[in-house]
Amino acid sequence: MNPSKPKERPGYFGRLKRALQSTRRELSRRMNELLGPRESPISPEQLEELEYLLIGADLGVETSESLVAKIRQGGRGKRPISSGQARKLLASELLELFEAPGWREEWVAKPHVVLVVGVNGVGKTTTIGKLAHRYARAGKSAIVSASDTFRAAAVEQLSVWCRRSRAELIMQRGGTDPAAVLHDALQAAKARNKDVLLADTAGRLHTKRNLMEEVKKMARVAGRLVPGAPHDVYLVLDATTGQNGLIQAREFLTTLGVTGIVVTKLDGTAKGGIVAAIASQLKIPIRFVGTGEGLDDLAPFDRQTFVDSILG
Amino acid sequence: MFENLSSRLQKIMRDLKGEGRVSKAHLNASLRQIRIALLEADVHFGVVKSFISGIREKALGQEVMRSLTPGQQVVKIVNEELTRLLGSETAELTKGVRRPTVIVLVGLQGSGKTTTTGKLARWLQAKGRRPLMVSTDVRRPAAIRQLSVVGSAIGIEVEDPPARDPVRRARTARKRAANMAFDPLIVDTAGRLHVDDELMTELQEIVAGVGAHEILLVADAMTGQDAVRSARSFGDRLDLSGVVLTKMDGDARGGAALSIRTVTGKPIKFIGTGEDYGAFETFHPERMAGRILGQGDVLRLIEKAQAAVTPQDSREMLQKIQRDEFTLDDFRAQVRQLRKLGPLEQVLGMLPQGGLFKGMGKVQVQEKQLDAMEAIINSMTPLERANPRIIKGSRRRRIARGSGRRVSDVNRLLKQYLQTRTMMKRMKRGFLGRSMDRINFPV
Ligand SMILES: Nc1nc2c(ncn2[C@@H]2O[C@H](COP(=O)(O)OP(=O)(O)OP(=O)(O)O)[C@@H](O)[C@H]2O)c(=O)[nH]1
Ligand SMILES: Nc1nc2c(ncn2[C@@H]2O[C@H](COP(=O)(O)OP(=O)(O)OP(=O)(O)O)[C@@H](O)[C@H]2O)c(=O)[nH]1
Ligand SMILES: [Mg+2]
Ligand SMILES: [Mg+2]
Repeated sequence: MNPSKPKERPGYFGRLKRALQSTRRELSRRMNELLGPRESPISPEQLEELEYLLIGADLGVETSESLVAKIRQGGRGKRPISSGQARKLLASELLELFEAPGWREEWVAKPHVVLVVGVNGVGKTTTIGKLAHRYARAGKSAIVSASDTFRAAAVEQLSVWCRRSRAELIMQRGGTDPAAVLHDALQAAKARNKDVLLADTAGRLHTKRNLMEEVKKMARVAGRLVPGAPHDVYLVLDATTGQNGLIQAREFLTTLGVTGIVVTKLDGTAKGGIVAAIASQLKIPIRFVGTGEGLDDLAPFDRQTFVDSILG
Repeated sequence: MFENLSSRLQKIMRDLKGEGRVSKAHLNASLRQIRIALLEADVHFGVVKSFISGIREKALGQEVMRSLTPGQQVVKIVNEELTRLLGSETAELTKGVRRPTVIVLVGLQGSGKTTTTGKLARWLQAKGRRPLMVSTDVRRPAAIRQLSVVGSAIGIEVEDPPARDPVRRARTARKRAANMAFDPLIVDTAGRLHVDDELMTELQEIVAGVGAHEILLVADAMTGQDAVRSARSFGDRLDLSGVVLTKMDGDARGGAALSIRTVTGKPIKFIGTGEDYGAFETFHPERMAGRILGQGDVLRLIEKAQAAVTPQDSREMLQKIQRDEFTLDDFRAQVRQLRKLGPLEQVLGMLPQGGLFKGMGKVQVQEKQLDAMEAIINSMTPLERANPRIIKGSRRRRIARGSGRRVSDVNRLLKQYLQTRTMMKRMKRGFLGRSMDRINFPV
């Protein structure tokens, strides 16, 4: 298998920017149409259009309405707020929805145990491959647990990713108990003094009680073998997901205590705006963004870039 | 978090006194709620806008049916209009003039193409066809292997030519199908972004190279506003013949269905309702309309219940409900029937959240609990089962001992029984009761 494409890759910002360019152009045209010359006062119709712009990015009715209400209030009393002010105000209000920057990946435990969860087909396995690669490049030794024992050829898929990222894979041939595989992987990680353990899990809808119990059991097993584990539970969310994303996040949060979100497939035209609602309503930080199917197509979440991509 | 439409509208209905005609005031109040409900269900805002203005035209000045309030009348119109827009349910698959008929599945990454390839093959096999499957996904790690595993799981032949070129793989499989009398050939393709020009071109080449008769867009029911863009691009590039909506077993309201249907103009033919290869059904627009509006998939539940319950059973049960004679014997019979309905979470998932069934989703019933419930009822005497009221302290202790459970389990069971009885009374009067009349429940 050929690992990441040999071609020179631009940095994160450039990559995301390029990925977002098509929509960005379209949206910034729309923003300009919406807001007109920067000095002219903003009209109620423009405010409504603005609301649709946010809804169109999947921020949801509630979040969009409250953002637009703030802009409307920004102009209260005085003359109507100008469109230039509106844009600035909106950008800063949007930024406020996300955790302030400054997060560093700091690991105290060894191995640092990461459980990667989410509904079906969002990109969990791919994200694990990318994360393993990221950690390998930072000089950390990673071990990966093939604990999706359900999906057809899930283990084979993961093993390709582990070959690419040179991470060690722990699996059980014909195994059917994800917690048992994780158990093996945890012991291997301890025995071999690995820095980080990444556990893949089968896709599961948050509405399936037995599957939610199953992943809870995995977390318990981790905690028994490594104190404090899992140290991170990353919920992977597909950027094309609509309002159901908020329910997914809430359910995984209450079941497992999600520590961060990974938004994938941001290289398409979807804005992933539902994570704004997740960040503000559930206070779950967004940690990484996925922008493609290659090894390097993962980057730490940057709220400014994200907000820019929404506003065009 | 999401208030559903029926509870939103209940508010309107309280405020609006019954009048003969739908007035502007009724409309504005109801349409605002409907707009929010549709947006929360992920219908694209542009689609919502034109839908709402269509409703306004249609509803204004309409006479209100005697049995309805103006608010209900508007909902009725919305429901009918939504159903109409979602299309018909006689979505046939195209048959090629020459065999094999070729069906190609396309869509974004992770939408469910490979799984659906297996589901569709199984569905067609059950109809007496002899399908062959082939993967053209040479990019995604282990994608070809995945389809092979699917094939052996469902016992359907998979062609895996040595060629690495997607078009050649598809053509080789077609030749094999023609020679060996397989029909249809179902072609799985790699997931791709609609903005990826290179891969969209590749898709066109596959479709042309293999001579597709049927091109199905596989889309995730959880998709948000972007559904419009991606579906439009796939529709622009390919002569789509229909849509498969996957992951309908979740609690997403699935408004993307309306967006996709609107921009492609193609019928939604199937829905995927689980990870098992049997979790595949034909599409029913009126159920989808109810789901988008947050009224739950009550019709589907009733249909399932009809399949699991004999007409005799249900007639007796309904009569008992009517006469308020629902005993623990009946409850036990229900527990048994519930098992026949299939996975419980799926059954509960079909009930509308909020409104009439508020909190029902939280009633945590699991298969194991059903066993316990039955064991407890089995430990009761016939007298007790017929007269649950007499089950007091000492009887409860005896029942607990007899069934190897705790008294608290017995208490819980009795509470569940009472809740069910109350719910059934409400059903008698409420929404489900009416739907039962309408769809001619075999009474
Ligand atoms: N364009 C793009 N595709 C992605 C990205 N991340 C994952 N994918 C693709 O999405 C599809 C699903 O990814 P997987 O990693 O298999 O998803 P999963 O969550 O593990 O799926 P299940 O285990 O079946 O639940 C694959 O085709 C991936 O290549 C991304 O950031 N951008
Ligand atoms: N719950 C549920 N899961 C489904 C359904 N259909 C597919 N899946 C799951 O969704 C995930 C992705 O399915 P795939 O069939 O691999 O999707 P794909 O479109 O072939 O993915 P790529 O080839 O990577 O683009 C898997 O975990 C499937 O089990 C469905 O109807 N319900
Ligand atoms: Mg996976
Ligand atoms: Mg596939």
